[in-house]
Amino acid sequence: MSVYNSLDSITEELHKCMKCGNCMAVCPIYKETRQEVAVARGKISLVEFLLSGEAEMTQGLAERFSLCTTCMACNNNCPCGVRFDKIILAARAEAVRKKGLHPVKKIAFTALKMQRMFDFGMKTGSMFQGVALKHVPHKSDRIARMRFDIGIGTDKVFPMLASKTLRSEFPEVVKVEKPKMRVAFFTGCMINYFYTDIGKAVVEVLKENDIEVVIPKGQGCCGIPASVNGDVASASALAKRNLRAFEKLGADALVVACSSGGTAWKHVFGELLDNDPQFKALADKWAGKSYDISEFLIHKVPFKKEGLGRVNRKVTYHDPCHLNRGQGINKEPREILKSIPGVELIEMKEPGRCCGMAGSFSLVHPDLSVQISDRKTADIELTHTDTVATGCPACRLQLKSGVENAGINEEVVHTVQILAESYRAGKKK
Amino acid sequence: MLAREVIEDLIKVLGKENVLTEQEDLLTYAYDATAAMKHHKPGVVVSPLNVEQVAEVVKIANRYKIPVYPRGSGTNLSGGTIPSEDSIVLSMLNLNKILEVDHDNLTATVQPGVIIQDLNNAVQQFGLIYPPDPGTVTTATMGGSVSECSGGLRGLKYGVTKHYIMGLQVVLANGEVIRWGGKTVKNVTGYDLVALFTGAEGTLGIITEILVKLIPAPEARKSIMAVFDDVDKAGKAIASIIRNKIIPATLEIMDKVTIQTVEHFVHAGLPLNAEAVLLIEVDGYKEVVEREAVLVEQILKEEQAADVKIAKDDKERDLLWLARRSALPALAQKRPTTVLEDATVPRSKIPDMIKAIRKIADKHKLNIATFGHAGDGNLHPTILTDERDLDEMKRVHLAVDEIFQTAISLGGTLSGEHGIGVAKMKYLDWEFGEAGVALLRSMKEALDPNYVLNPGKIVRRD
Ligand SMILES: Cc1cc2nc3c(=O)[nH]c(=O)nc-3n(C[C@H](O)[C@H](O)[C@H](O)COP(=O)(O)OP(=O)(O)OC[C@H]3O[C@@H](n4cnc5c(N)ncnc54)[C@H](O)[C@@H]3O)c2cc1C
Ligand code: SF4
Ligand code: SF4
Ligand code: SF4
Repeated sequence: MSVYNSLDSITEELHKCMKCGNCMAVCPIYKETRQEVAVARGKISLVEFLLSGEAEMTQGLAERFSLCTTCMACNNNCPCGVRFDKIILAARAEAVRKKGLHPVKKIAFTALKMQRMFDFGMKTGSMFQGVALKHVPHKSDRIARMRFDIGIGTDKVFPMLASKTLRSEFPEVVKVEKPKMRVAFFTGCMINYFYTDIGKAVVEVLKENDIEVVIPKGQGCCGIPASVNGDVASASALAKRNLRAFEKLGADALVVACSSGGTAWKHVFGELLDNDPQFKALADKWAGKSYDISEFLIHKVPFKKEGLGRVNRKVTYHDPCHLNRGQGINKEPREILKSIPGVELIEMKEPGRCCGMAGSFSLVHPDLSVQISDRKTADIELTHTDTVATGCPACRLQLKSGVENAGINEEVVHTVQILAESYRAGKKK
Repeated sequence: MLAREVIEDLIKVLGKENVLTEQEDLLTYAYDATAAMKHHKPGVVVSPLNVEQVAEVVKIANRYKIPVYPRGSGTNLSGGTIPSEDSIVLSMLNLNKILEVDHDNLTATVQPGVIIQDLNNAVQQFGLIYPPDPGTVTTATMGGSVSECSGGLRGLKYGVTKHYIMGLQVVLANGEVIRWGGKTVKNVTGYDLVALFTGAEGTLGIITEILVKLIPAPEARKSIMAVFDDVDKAGKAIASIIRNKIIPATLEIMDKVTIQTVEHFVHAGLPLNAEAVLLIEVDGYKEVVEREAVLVEQILKEEQAADVKIAKDDKERDLLWLARRSALPALAQKRPTTVLEDATVPRSKIPDMIKAIRKIADKHKLNIATFGHAGDGNLHPTILTDERDLDEMKRVHLAVDEIFQTAISLGGTLSGEHGIGVAKMKYLDWEFGEAGVALLRSMKEALDPNYVLNPGKIVRRD
């Protein structure tokens, strides 16, 4: 029984909670609102009241369950080992079963539709963007601001849609001479449509390490935006689509450069397809060979140190929640950064504190999302660096929006981009 | 349901955004950290932004005779913040500013919603600390901990919350605001109301500002673990350390049940066959700490500790304390309900108390683990049970009764640091006699004649 199918799956997790309130110390939302409903203990109690019949599944309750960035900070700080990430997913899935999907999320994230919308945006290209977004001049990132408020504020700075999707820029199989290995690249939506520069850096670095890269055309969204909001049907459909696409081309390993994509391949697909023996087996097989790009470059195929050129950057690193707490990856990106000549790594105060993006959370709770982001931005400013590195395109979007609005001159990039830059610098010599 | 005009009056004072009325929000204020306690959904939750608003809320409550339940972070363990139906919960969390750090007078002035650790973080740069450190330092509020007079691990050497409270601003039940105490070390002007409101559990007034004493941070510290095959030997060792005029900052004990549970949980290297483990930390100037650590080690060996270990570095120290910090959570994992008591006895009676608790556990066929602050006699007998098992719960209540009886007969007290709240109200006359309880009641009625402030806690209305 998976958390996506029934509330019963989490009764044991609920029992573990002793209401000590330790989760209050770390919850980014609670820190802003100081209301009990924001913190894990509050939402756990609501689920318990729901199960005991003291509360009903109302629209109001569903809204309370949306108050969570799923950053997993409470999991880590819980003395009883309560897996709140499971509880919140189960509660949201229950809410959708009883109440349907939140209206805002419906517009933006009915996952299957999203792809069509973006593809449409790509075709109409600059026209669509010209209407909705105002270009903000910037040296490295193609970014824009909303011209008019569609319910998410006009402050958020968005990346511009790329002129060409990442997947259309590469053949399905990117060959190298004497390949060491054949690795499939799951791009995820944001890298495919917006941050193609991250995707290109992944391919560049893999090629540099003599790895043949497979980029299945049939792949789609990872489905996390759907599954975290309880839209289990869409998420399962996407999981199957992705598994089929990768199975068709086959590979020795799979890499991702986005934290939700990694979580999806390593954990979520298997849980979603728990009831489907054939797909479950497939999901487990791929889960066993899925790697975050930094994890892959440190543990699976240690990246070449010779040929690294100098990159003069003062870098601070933000830990994406779902990479750090979700997959336990925090040393690897730092190790990569430290091995690049010229890079000076300066840690910010709480690098593991959630940036407040959390996908659709920032759409449903724009003000809270900005408040949480402001703390991150302030911490970044104190480091006096020129670059923020991170491991997730969603975080990059949020961090960029934060520093841009604060008027701080800081580039925000994926770790692998700096590595690619270093290899490039090494060739120039 | 609260009358509409009450809510409207509250909104007029506080604004809509600081008045919660929806069921889904109210339900999350029906409980606190206390186990096996009946919960009640309040009628409204308000979060004032300043003392004037607090006073207005109390006046409205008095006007309509509606109970007000002050609440910090809701981490207390005596049901102190559990409201009654249709009452007003007064969340103090928006009053969360550190108003002043005065490093000439070694004081700080804070609002009640400040989290204890945030105060410590703010004074650290001046080389100062605010010593009271309950297990919840990173979550509990200053207002809540002053109202419970919280203790913690360092009680033996540094005392408890009441030893650090120099002044208070309080909203009385009639809505008047008073200030008492101040920055002077000496102050005998009038009755000591600062002491009265400290530990009053929100039943006499609402604390809106706190003036605390700060002390210089100790320069160094050293942790030592000692293993005993006999509780009495551990007890003698405790006495012997103090007799030799060493006052460790921390002197903690864990009994056999606790040791075994913790070891399975965190693998900190505790010996599974030990009857008791002592964890000791000395702090102060570097030279003194070095000398005291050696002395403590020597005394422990003389008192026949089976094994003594001094933490060589911070990593070893953290591992030792991880074991202690994990005691409660590890125990809490074993059964669905964890009833945590804090009966306290004079230091010299610790072995007697631990043995008595063992007997009570056997008699009622219960799983009771005991750990706690041996240095100050504050034990935490922890009953692992399941509140859905009615027969077992009956035995739990009997055992709790007997634990308190024993503590009092050994010259101790019902509660060392968790407060009376609802949980321990019925035992008060065992400790004070009926005349004592009557005095408590008349003090309550002198300050809060209509029982609007946290009613149903500490003293029952006749
Ligand atoms: C895991 C765990 C470990 C703990 N360890 C310790 C420990 O080591 N030592 C210890 O002493 N305690 C301990 N406690 C108990 C608890 O953490 C403390 O009592 C804490 O100080 C309560 O703070 P709070 O902000 O949560 O107060 P709350 O629980 O919100 O309130 C406590 C009481 O104060 C009243 N109150 C709150 N604010 C005000 C105000 N501004 N004015 C008037 N009244 C007010 C409330 O009505 C209530 O009666 C522990 C609790 C847990 C769950
Ligand atoms: S920290 Fe864990 S056990 Fe404590 S209240 Fe939060 S979820 Fe429950
Ligand atoms: S996952 Fe993060 S946002 Fe959600 S309740 Fe836990 S700490 Fe708060
Ligand atoms: S966007 Fe990044 S930091 Fe924010 S919640 Fe998601 S993974 Fe965490």
